[in-house]
Amino acid sequence: MSQEKTHIIPYKTYVYVLLVLLCLTFISVAVTSIELGTLTVTVALVLASIKSFLVLSYFMHLRFDQKIYAIMVTGILLIIIIVILITFLDYYYR
Amino acid sequence: MTIETTGKVYKSFFEEKGGKKGIFAWIFSTDHKRIGLLYFYSIITFFVTGATLGLLMKLELIAPGETIVKAQTYNSLFTVHGVIMIFLVVIPGIPAVFGNFLLPLQIGAEDVAFPRLNLFSWWIYVAGAVLVLLSLFTGTGAPDTGWTFYAPYSFKTSTNMLPAVLGAFILGFSSILTGLNFIVTIHRMRAPGMTWFRMPLFPWTLYGTGWIQLLATPVIGITLLMVVGERLFNIGFFDPALGGDPILYQHLFWIYSHPAVYIMILPAMGVISEIIPTFARKTIFGYKAIVLSTLAIAFVGYFVWGHHMFTSGMSGTALFTFSILTFLVAIPSAIKVFNWVSTLHKGSIYPSLPFFWAISFIFVFMIGGLSGLVLGSLATDVHVHDTHFVVAHFHYIVFGGTGFAFFAAIHYWFPKIYGRMYNMTIGKIGWIIVFLGFNTLYGPMFYLGIKGMPRRYFDYLKEYTDFNVISSVGAMILITGMVIVIVNLIYAGFKGEKAVANPWGGSTLEWTVPSPPPLENFEKIPEVTTGPYTYS
Ligand SMILES: [Cu+2]
Repeated sequence: MSQEKTHIIPYKTYVYVLLVLLCLTFISVAVTSIELGTLTVTVALVLASIKSFLVLSYFMHLRFDQKIYAIMVTGILLIIIIVILITFLDYYYR
Repeated sequence: MTIETTGKVYKSFFEEKGGKKGIFAWIFSTDHKRIGLLYFYSIITFFVTGATLGLLMKLELIAPGETIVKAQTYNSLFTVHGVIMIFLVVIPGIPAVFGNFLLPLQIGAEDVAFPRLNLFSWWIYVAGAVLVLLSLFTGTGAPDTGWTFYAPYSFKTSTNMLPAVLGAFILGFSSILTGLNFIVTIHRMRAPGMTWFRMPLFPWTLYGTGWIQLLATPVIGITLLMVVGERLFNIGFFDPALGGDPILYQHLFWIYSHPAVYIMILPAMGVISEIIPTFARKTIFGYKAIVLSTLAIAFVGYFVWGHHMFTSGMSGTALFTFSILTFLVAIPSAIKVFNWVSTLHKGSIYPSLPFFWAISFIFVFMIGGLSGLVLGSLATDVHVHDTHFVVAHFHYIVFGGTGFAFFAAIHYWFPKIYGRMYNMTIGKIGWIIVFLGFNTLYGPMFYLGIKGMPRRYFDYLKEYTDFNVISSVGAMILITGMVIVIVNLIYAGFKGEKAVANPWGGSTLEWTVPSPPPLENFEKIPEVTTGPYTYS
């Protein structure tokens, strides 16, 4: 196992990420006042995925760690996405 | 002190108590072998309990009308039988017992990656089990929803649902932690030289299972909490009166519970993949195909849950998507069966008891799998849905598959675990009685189902009497066989002949250590230079 080099992220980056997250939270609340019909869930899920992507890559260091972890997480996300898509094959066409 | 067959003196893990006394040397031990046995004793206890409830149901069904219990009691019987068998026996089953005991031995490690977490998993398991059992004896009567806790009934019934649902929720954590532990162990602790494709097939299936446990179990956790929320606070997730959707419950429940079927069956397939080459004296046919089919099952298995809901009122698009995907997942299962059979072809087969259990697994698993195709196609499913056909199908898979593999595993590894050998003749008599009883019990249910007898009723029309009688007699034969098998093993555990380190001529690493293994498994961590099944 090659020793992992420690990667120090400046506090500034964390603050920026935090601000973006807060912004997105605000948007996802604000967007509920617009009537989007069947797209409501889609918008909520897209916003949530952007937020979790940021948290995973910066706060949980996925960007700076060994590739294998990123691959595992991608695989898991793929499963979740397919599961959600299939579920909506029911709701969307019912 | 134990004397190895080679004459060397060593201390087995039974003798190393880690400075603790009596029962504390067990319930506070972090040794993966002791934890595996803790699970073994707990699971066998629950298995006997669940089997007794099953027998009571078959006695009720021996004649039309009320025979020994009332309708409400019967509802509780099948619910509690299901909850105990699924959540306490079959899901932990093979991974918790044989995975714990053998994973480190098979990959050449001293223990699992997180030994304390491993002990903690067992404690969580016990806590969950206590809660589930509590629901039987407290409150307003034992749960009567069936093990699936379907909404809206699960939050409308007046029976004691909360402890059962919370118990199942807690049991989930035990499963998640075991899965996590195995994944990390396999990534991090393989012996030097044991590449991924030199790893035996049982650890491979534990790896696939581990991912399912880790990823699917949280879904049932959330779902059960939602049921609790519905019951306590009337939130309205699933209640149509409040704008909820009862089918959403079924989606969420089966998103976990179908993959859970693979938590049950993948390790079983792993066990069979170990036993077949050992007794065929031949390397396994298509090692890589088996590995890939394991991973394919673990992956595709997430996307087929809707086949449990064909008559629930899903959209047509969803119906045929689920049907196609279900047929797809049959392919990797069939690959395994073909590979086992090909392994036997031209092997120097040494027929012995573990081998008999393994081939009877293949036989009943085939019946279970093929009857699954009837349920997977939309048109035929409408006819047999919620009939005894389904009951027969999943008992062939869960009992005939996982259960038979469990007994194959205990007969295969018994000499390794206890350092003693059981009585072969009595074991074989027990096995053949179990096999015959099993088919007499569940075989007629296929016919009853096709004829339209619904499941989960304490009564039936008198036209169904003959086959119900046969089935109930089968239950008694099966129980007789089970008693013989279990008593034979208990006796052997105390009084059996001393076993050698490698009684079957197995080629995986667990057979290189003495029986029973010493505390730290290997005197020196082995260096691996070949694949797992090398017979020259
Ligand atoms: Cu299923």
